Amino acid sequence: MSLGRILALLSRHMYLYKRSFARLLEIFYWPFLDLVVWGFITIYLERVGMSLHGAVSFFLGALILWDVLFRAQQGIAVSFLEEMWARNLMNLFASPLTVGEYLVATMTMSVLKVTAVGSLMMLFAWVFYSYDILQMGLSLVPFILNLVISGWIIGVLTTSIIMRFGQQAEVLAWGMVFLFQPISCVFYPIEVLPPVLQSIAWMVPPAHIFEGMRAVLTTGDLPVTHLLWATGLNFGFLVIIVAWFYHTFNICKDRGMLVRVGE
Amino acid sequence: MPASDSMAPPVVEVRSLTKRFQGFTAVDNISFDIKKGEILGLLGPNGAGKTTTIHMLLGLITPTVGSIHMFGLDLAKHREAILQQVNFSSTYISMPFSLTVEENLKVIARLYGLKNIQQRINDIVKKLEMEEIRHKLTRKLSSGQMSRLTLAKALMTEPKVLFLDEPTASLDPDIVNKIKSFLKEYQRSEGLSILYTSHNMREMEEMSDRIIFLQRGKIVAEGTAPEIIQRYGQRDLEEVFLKLAREPNGP
Repeated sequence: MSLGRILALLSRHMYLYKRSFARLLEIFYWPFLDLVVWGFITIYLERVGMSLHGAVSFFLGALILWDVLFRAQQGIAVSFLEEMWARNLMNLFASPLTVGEYLVATMTMSVLKVTAVGSLMMLFAWVFYSYDILQMGLSLVPFILNLVISGWIIGVLTTSIIMRFGQQAEVLAWGMVFLFQPISCVFYPIEVLPPVLQSIAWMVPPAHIFEGMRAVLTTGDLPVTHLLWATGLNFGFLVIIVAWFYHTFNICKDRGMLVRVGE
Repeated sequence: MPASDSMAPPVVEVRSLTKRFQGFTAVDNISFDIKKGEILGLLGPNGAGKTTTIHMLLGLITPTVGSIHMFGLDLAKHREAILQQVNFSSTYISMPFSLTVEENLKVIARLYGLKNIQQRINDIVKKLEMEEIRHKLTRKLSSGQMSRLTLAKALMTEPKVLFLDEPTASLDPDIVNKIKSFLKEYQRSEGLSILYTSHNMREMEEMSDRIIFLQRGKIVAEGTAPEIIQRYGQRDLEEVFLKLAREPNGP
């Protein structure tokens, strides 16, 4: 694993972000709009006197954490799309760059993206709604780390599908994560799901994370069981999905699809 | 005047290389060598298997059968070590549009772990007369400028083997002439081995020390341009090309 090659790929994306208005919108504009809309919904719910304890914490906290997952996934999938649109995959994979280095670079890119988006959302929430997500204290750290890993898993899965099916699948870079939203129980407790979906949701790491976040907000205690489940499932899925990516990459090389992707 | 050393071991050794795609054979049991400092021309009509062959040599497509060795190493086992010393350029590739020419070259330099990056960029920019476009966004380059950029990215890494897939296609004669002269000079001074494809027969004769003619994935003729012309009793390579390409079942 060459650090230099990983940094080379990162520098390529940094140059891009420096002057891409569309990419900057992803960091500032959409997260800000999300926060404005959900912030007003939260204020409305409080004014009509709905008996939802800590509505602000519930919705804004959930929204910020959901964006961590969403941007972590996008950091990987959109990075691949950038190479596809620029017809740059041949330049990359005909160089000494390895698949592992490519994945590490895109995962690092997703961490940078999450850090930028997360920091801005926390700041916006504090300035406009006096909501401080950091009141959750150190409990927040393992939750966020787990959400980033969940984002990587969905991002690598999305990338492997785009690589295999080409441009017709590129919409998944924005849509795939929403497939997991209902069973991740971002804005509601898991018990509202029908029993069948509850069983599926317990196998999804973000469901444990959002359930755990609500537990922290209501009881103030760190829900260790949820955290352990989320961590265990995340690492299991990460190993499987990285192996799946290597497998798909080899299939694409075998079928000559790597040189045609993006055409 | 070939710059190759006929006694030296080949830097590229291709044996029984075959690629099948779901019932279609793109490359069919071809074997060839490229010696140090040699320019090998790969000639053939569209769909003959030239580009597939280059993609296999770059590790972008996995061969169905056969082996590729470069510098005595097996590409299947030593991909990183080999690709560190190999590069390619093609009219059909691009580079990230939102980066300037210089930024793109910097990324490539870092990917190949080059030292003295700024100096190397300055050198290649000067050699390929790219000073005026070095700070220009890649999306604003003309096709001729883009060809020079892809050539610059390939040569900047100082490869020992270079694959050029129709590097002068769709370029105006003045730029073609400059690129050809530069490549010849660079190849002689650096002892570079080149695999060169082109549809321009005159260019092929001028550039190549030896030519392989591919048709339907198979090698149907091999030798120097005069040898091939003589063997087929034609006046020039273009006539040989037409004769071979129009034979329905190969020669």
